[in-house]
Amino acid sequence: MPDLSALPETLPERRELTTVPRFSDKVFRGVVTAGGFVALIVLGLIAVFLATRSFDVFRMFKLGFVTGFNWDSGDPDNGITPILGIGSMLIGTLVVSFVGLFFALPIAVGTALYLTYYAPYWLKKPMTILVDLMAAIPSVIYGLWGFFILMPHAIYWAKLINKYLGWFPTFSVPLPIFERSPFIAGLVLSVMIIPIITAVSREVFSQVPLDRIQAAYALGATKWSMIKTVVLPFGSSGIAGGAMLGLGRAMGETVAVYLVLNLYFLPNFHVLFSAGGSVASMIVTKFGEAGSLELKGLMAAGLVLFIVTLVVNYLSNLIVRRASRTGR
Amino acid sequence: MDILKLKGSGQAQTTSEDKVAKPEISSLASVAADRSESKGDFVPRRPGAGLEAKGVHAWFGKHHVLANVSLNFPSGTVTALIGPSGCGKSTFLRTLNRMHEFIPGAGMAGEVLLDGTDIYKSGTDVTKIRLKVGMVFQKPNPFPSMTIGENVLSGIKLAQLKVSNKDDLLEECLQRAGLWNEVKDRLSAHGGSLSGGQQQRLCIARALAVKPEVLLMDEPCSALDPGSTLRIEETIRQLTESVIVVIVTHNMQQAARVSDFTGFFLSDGGPGQLVEVASTKEIFSRPKDERTEAYVTGRFG
Ligand SMILES: Nc1ncnc2c1ncn2[C@@H]1O[C@H](COP(=O)(O)OP(=O)(O)OP(=O)(O)O)[C@@H](O)[C@H]1O
Ligand SMILES: [Mg+2]
Repeated sequence: MPDLSALPETLPERRELTTVPRFSDKVFRGVVTAGGFVALIVLGLIAVFLATRSFDVFRMFKLGFVTGFNWDSGDPDNGITPILGIGSMLIGTLVVSFVGLFFALPIAVGTALYLTYYAPYWLKKPMTILVDLMAAIPSVIYGLWGFFILMPHAIYWAKLINKYLGWFPTFSVPLPIFERSPFIAGLVLSVMIIPIITAVSREVFSQVPLDRIQAAYALGATKWSMIKTVVLPFGSSGIAGGAMLGLGRAMGETVAVYLVLNLYFLPNFHVLFSAGGSVASMIVTKFGEAGSLELKGLMAAGLVLFIVTLVVNYLSNLIVRRASRTGR
Repeated sequence: MDILKLKGSGQAQTTSEDKVAKPEISSLASVAADRSESKGDFVPRRPGAGLEAKGVHAWFGKHHVLANVSLNFPSGTVTALIGPSGCGKSTFLRTLNRMHEFIPGAGMAGEVLLDGTDIYKSGTDVTKIRLKVGMVFQKPNPFPSMTIGENVLSGIKLAQLKVSNKDDLLEECLQRAGLWNEVKDRLSAHGGSLSGGQQQRLCIARALAVKPEVLLMDEPCSALDPGSTLRIEETIRQLTESVIVVIVTHNMQQAARVSDFTGFFLSDGGPGQLVEVASTKEIFSRPKDERTEAYVTGRFG
């Protein structure tokens, strides 16, 4: 046993560890550091900007701003006090986004499976590029397409769903008006988020260890049973992460939803009915003619949306990262 | 059967018998001799049954990697495939259960007869072939998301087979793979929690659960320690009761210990070919081809 008490009384002073970087290295370091910090600073500034502008609103309405359903800019001349609440819009954002995710997820996962395991060799590349390209189309185009091309069909589908599944509360309608419903907005959103979910899913599917795939085939698995027992368990958390990413994108979508959704300041869970909400679209709608208090209210709505999407994105990152670490 | 003991007596025999020029080959030969003595003169239990390759060629794209291999695997036997790296042993093995065709551009010619029927005949259900001709890979590859028990029964699920008593099947397969005593108390632990050797025996149990007629093993022990290797060799010997085993190995000792027949593959830059096939004893004592002799004595390869 070494004598532990034999440590010298005075420890030597720690030496400073330095290197002198070359000039070129310094320059490069400066550039990338600046780049990295610009992103952080911009993000921080946006948060600060929104927070300061919306401070008054939160002080006035407190939590009621998030939970209230009414949006009335008021009329001080006639003694009507303003009341601002984005609860219905927040609910609407969630409803529309989940409708979008509901349609996008199976299609995207199916596309990714097809591209990875079924598509003939010559088709993979062009099809992958095409799907990725879908993400590059400006969202206003999706909105116009949704309004002019998709909506007439979607109304027909909505009527069918309503006719046969109308006994289920979500598919019933208080009035037979099917235009610009959360259902239609969700469909448009689903098309918009398919590329991102497909890309993430394709990425995890391509990481499935070959030896596991071969093990399944060597046991007499069909392609589908192999996918069920090997690929999907391995890719599940990656798919979940991709879905969250798509959800984040859907929640922040503005213009496309603005064109195909009828904004209505009451919570509506009848997805086929022509009334819905979307925080982002609401901001655009009100922005032009907003008074000073209402403008602050819009800033506050923006802040809430900003926080919600940040949280969703953070969660999706967390899931995707854990998926790639455990490698299951 | 205790392989360790067999091996010991084999070496004793060597020293008493011949102390001539080639000590290495003679020791292997006596190991092999011991094996076939224990087996007696080989008589196939079911005449006509078994696996037979007839004039098999294989390509990867334009690359011709295997030429004209004909080999017979009668039921109740273990056949070892040996040869230098890259001579097409794995490729040949994978043509026997149609795993070869997973590689894009892969091609083959010739016939592989399972119980007299060509497995490449058009209209064949490939998944049924792979049920009858199972495979154990070089690297143990249990499904990590499944428990030990689920791993063993995974083939049942994958091929959508019906089994009356899963627990019995589970125990039977683990017994035959020589793993039962080690895992019987933790069947619900994850497959990845086993040691490498145990994982490989788990993979053998998994392959046995679908009741294959043939088991193909591609260097099943190359990632394992000597102890696990011996356990698996023991397992292989016991399997011959009911399955045909074809094993690729780089370990001459292993080929000598475990197989009844040995085939030697070689490629001289062109496609790999089967140089010689004979009883394991012959290959290791008096091979007909001098290249075989050079290889098994370790003079090249
Ligand atoms: N996936 C593949 N694509 C293209 N060529 C391949 C592929 N796999 C193997 N080959 C080629 O086929 C030939 C035979 O390979 P194979 O794996 O059958 O050799 P092997 O005898 O098993 O070698 P080893 O003892 O190293 O495992 C080699 O020349 C190899 O380069
Ligand atoms: Mg090989």
